[in-house]
Amino acid sequence: MSFTSTEYRGTELQRLSILQDRLHLDGSLLTALLALSVFGMAVLYSAFGEDIAQVQKQAVRLSVGFVALFAMAQLPPQTLRRAAPWIFAGGMVLLIAVISLGVIGQGAQRWIDLGLFRFQPAELMKIALPVMLAWLFAEGDLPPRWTRTLIALGLILIPTALIALQPDLGTALLVAASGVFVLYLSGLRWRWILGGIAAAGAAAPLLWHFVMHSYQKARVLTFLNPESDPLGAGYHIIQSKIAIGSGGLFGKGWLNGTQAHLEFIPERHTDFVLAVVAEEFGLVGVAQLMAVYLFIVGRGLYIAVNAQDNFGRLLAGGLSLTFFVYAVVNAGMISGLLPVVGLPLPLISFGGSSLVTIMAAFGILMAIHTHRRIWSS
Amino acid sequence: MARRVIFGGLLCILAVVVLMAQMVRLQVVDHHHYVTLSQENRVKVVPVPPTRGLIYDRNGVLLADNRPSYRLVVTPERVPDIQRSLAEVVEIIDLPDAKRERFEDLLRRKRHFEEIPLRTRLSDEEVARFAAHRHRFPGMEVRAQLVRHYPERKHASHAVGYVGRISPSELRRIDTSRYRGTSHIGKGGIELAYENVLHGNVGFERVETNALGRVIRTLDRQPPEPGNDLILTIDSRLQDVAERALGDRRGAAIAMDPRNGEILAMASAPKYDPNIFVDGMSRDQFEQLERGSWQPLFNRAVRGRYSPASTIKPFIGLAALEKGIITADETLRCTGEFTIEGGDRPYRCWRPGGHGDVDLAAAVAQSSNVYFYKVGFELGIDAMESFLGLFSFGESTGIDLIGERVGVLPSRDWKRTNLGEGWFHGETVITSIGLGYFLATPLQLATATSTLANRGERVQPRLVRAINDGSSGEQRPLGADTPQQRIELNDQGHWEATIDAMRASVRHPRGTARLISRGLRYDLVGKTGTAQLAALDEEMEYEHEERPEHLRDHALFIAFAPADSPEIAVAVVIEHGGGGGAAAAPVARAITDAWLLHDISYLTTLEAGRVDTREVESVIETPGGAQP
Repeated sequence: MSFTSTEYRGTELQRLSILQDRLHLDGSLLTALLALSVFGMAVLYSAFGEDIAQVQKQAVRLSVGFVALFAMAQLPPQTLRRAAPWIFAGGMVLLIAVISLGVIGQGAQRWIDLGLFRFQPAELMKIALPVMLAWLFAEGDLPPRWTRTLIALGLILIPTALIALQPDLGTALLVAASGVFVLYLSGLRWRWILGGIAAAGAAAPLLWHFVMHSYQKARVLTFLNPESDPLGAGYHIIQSKIAIGSGGLFGKGWLNGTQAHLEFIPERHTDFVLAVVAEEFGLVGVAQLMAVYLFIVGRGLYIAVNAQDNFGRLLAGGLSLTFFVYAVVNAGMISGLLPVVGLPLPLISFGGSSLVTIMAAFGILMAIHTHRRIWSS
Repeated sequence: MARRVIFGGLLCILAVVVLMAQMVRLQVVDHHHYVTLSQENRVKVVPVPPTRGLIYDRNGVLLADNRPSYRLVVTPERVPDIQRSLAEVVEIIDLPDAKRERFEDLLRRKRHFEEIPLRTRLSDEEVARFAAHRHRFPGMEVRAQLVRHYPERKHASHAVGYVGRISPSELRRIDTSRYRGTSHIGKGGIELAYENVLHGNVGFERVETNALGRVIRTLDRQPPEPGNDLILTIDSRLQDVAERALGDRRGAAIAMDPRNGEILAMASAPKYDPNIFVDGMSRDQFEQLERGSWQPLFNRAVRGRYSPASTIKPFIGLAALEKGIITADETLRCTGEFTIEGGDRPYRCWRPGGHGDVDLAAAVAQSSNVYFYKVGFELGIDAMESFLGLFSFGESTGIDLIGERVGVLPSRDWKRTNLGEGWFHGETVITSIGLGYFLATPLQLATATSTLANRGERVQPRLVRAINDGSSGEQRPLGADTPQQRIELNDQGHWEATIDAMRASVRHPRGTARLISRGLRYDLVGKTGTAQLAALDEEMEYEHEERPEHLRDHALFIAFAPADSPEIAVAVVIEHGGGGGAAAAPVARAITDAWLLHDISYLTTLEAGRVDTREVESVIETPGGAQP
């Protein structure tokens, strides 16, 4: 009897594994993403003052995200690879279009209105750029020679600058990061990487004087000394820290966060949602959340190492690390470690545009893992 | 590559460790500190916006003040069903489609936890009705607020300007913490130019709230610093005269005290009511205002650019005297046309057959074109440009408004830079009667006239006379702090010769401004101008009155009085008004009469249409066929 039962369980697992491969999904990654989504909705329910309607809106967005994930997972990486230059070129055209429209409309313009929904070309770039760079490097030897490296730098710089000018510093930062990670994974010499970091450090004062808007400067100054402006931008950071600190080890409990409910935490549904988590679930809750993020990036990197070709390896690694930057920068920002740049906490924050991008990226990761070419063996 | 990936993973772990260290610091080490802060955080900091400074005329007449106003605001995230609430609330308060449209637009753009105004200026009745039904509308509240109000409505609206809602682009420009709790900002005129003086500084109140976040009591407050009040140089009564004298025609009139540059009246017609901007309006309303009715928002006095036409003649005459090209008594023959040596195109005088032998006084008084073609051609464009430049043609007058335009003082350099072409002799000829590329604003004309009135003393025009400190009430006069340079002539007598010529234009029986000399009780000197719009076909020389209005010439007049110790300088432009002597000069006379004699009988005669202009209507000074 016991023999048959184990045999039975074995086939069950096998079936599940076959189903995964057929649907081109990755079970553990999908489970982690679902867990985050559900947790996120619970947090939002509290942050919105127990307004179920808003949570339903988020549920719809998440569903759209999972559809995007599923769709991307069906796409063989080789197809993506062949289309890479076209996707990138299309992204650039849209980006330029949105900027020229913005010039006409006399204001910051990030959206293309498609009637039914609005589309943000900068979001597309978060995927298009790493895909493009992975294609570029996979076409030649690794590590890349300096000509390819220079081309890659140009490909990173141009969209980043365009997005930064919109101005959307947070997204620009992420797009740049997604490109830099691929460059790093390509095996670029450490010497050059360190040189690049030094050069970026040297360029910072120039950026400050010639590129950054006054409100962006204000955010950095506030970060350095939040108490200087208790009514203005510093208020965000001070209130956020109070919420986190008062949460303590185990938190005040779900729906019991006073800071969140008395509306002391600004933008508590969007960029500052982690402060609500920290207040209501405490250090333990934050640690668990971070563990899930680490697990997801770990799984992504595992997929990267086991990918069949350089394109897959570079792309999977780049996308995973970019996802992680999201989480870390957001957490750093709300805990006062980094300046406020306006990035959502992935899969938890209320809002749709970056959510679909993230899900699509995970779809690509799963595609890389499950579309395996059958070798002659 | 695997090594790189693993190293990347290690960096991720390191980042999380650093992050968790910070979390431990906040949540464990400093936990008690933050718990205390959190309990004290029943205390909310609420910004208290400052009261915007008031604007007065020079005699204390209030031109802009603040009135309490009730508005209905909506916090979308607290409203369960916005569309249903909107549908129900219209039963209680009046909600025009335009307002609703605006609200829906804001609803899409703003974040859901931000308050969005639905209706402003609720009547007392509406406030009471809403209060009775308040429980039906969660997330909707009535807020009281001081809003800008312009009690004199269309009066002096171009000088005073207006405030409107802070736009997204302004939000990027301003210091947002200074504007917490403030919804409006200066958008035009003095309201814009003196925004920093008028706004004041935000204060804040620390209030204690209960567990539901409702305010229980105020703990302490740092009061806002109210904005400073402004005393304008405008005299409301004179402004009224200027506006009425322009009537329903389009144009501008500026009156200035030549001794100190104070603008006594700045009228631009058509006018607009700045109060409509305070509430905000729909796009349609705005476009209708901007395009539909001759651009009432456009301040013609400082932004309208017109050919100075014959009003430039006294300045050209002065230049010719000073450069020794003519003496005041020397006569030149005006035969009705002038041809450059070697050229074949004749430049005409407006009067067929010409004026005969004319000296400077007769040439200015009768506005001979040929006389000035000759002296202008002799002067040459370079001398003309450098001399006229001294009177701030082609440059900013420095008035304390934003958006002043500088017109064009034609020169070789200007033409090369802007048109990429060299200068032609013929262009010198028509520049000397203020046509061709020459453009000036009414403000520039008034400023140049002041300089002439002062015999060379230059002044900077200004609209603000004093600032009343909002907190202490102390008055700080704004004097002309930058000494303006003086135009030094070789012979001071040239000033008087030029001014005598302008006097003749008013007093001489054949002077182009003789219409306004009737009953004139003080020494007014001036010069008419008629800026040609369309070159007339020579065969089609029909009478002026028969011309369709949009083809009629712009009428101009500059003047100052009394000639020997000037107290007022005036520039008037009437768009499509016809002859300067018939259309513009009476407006100036109405203004100078009111200022010097406190007599508005000329104005009432003008308004009643009883100034008989028939005699001078043929004087239109437009040289047929003079266009290059």
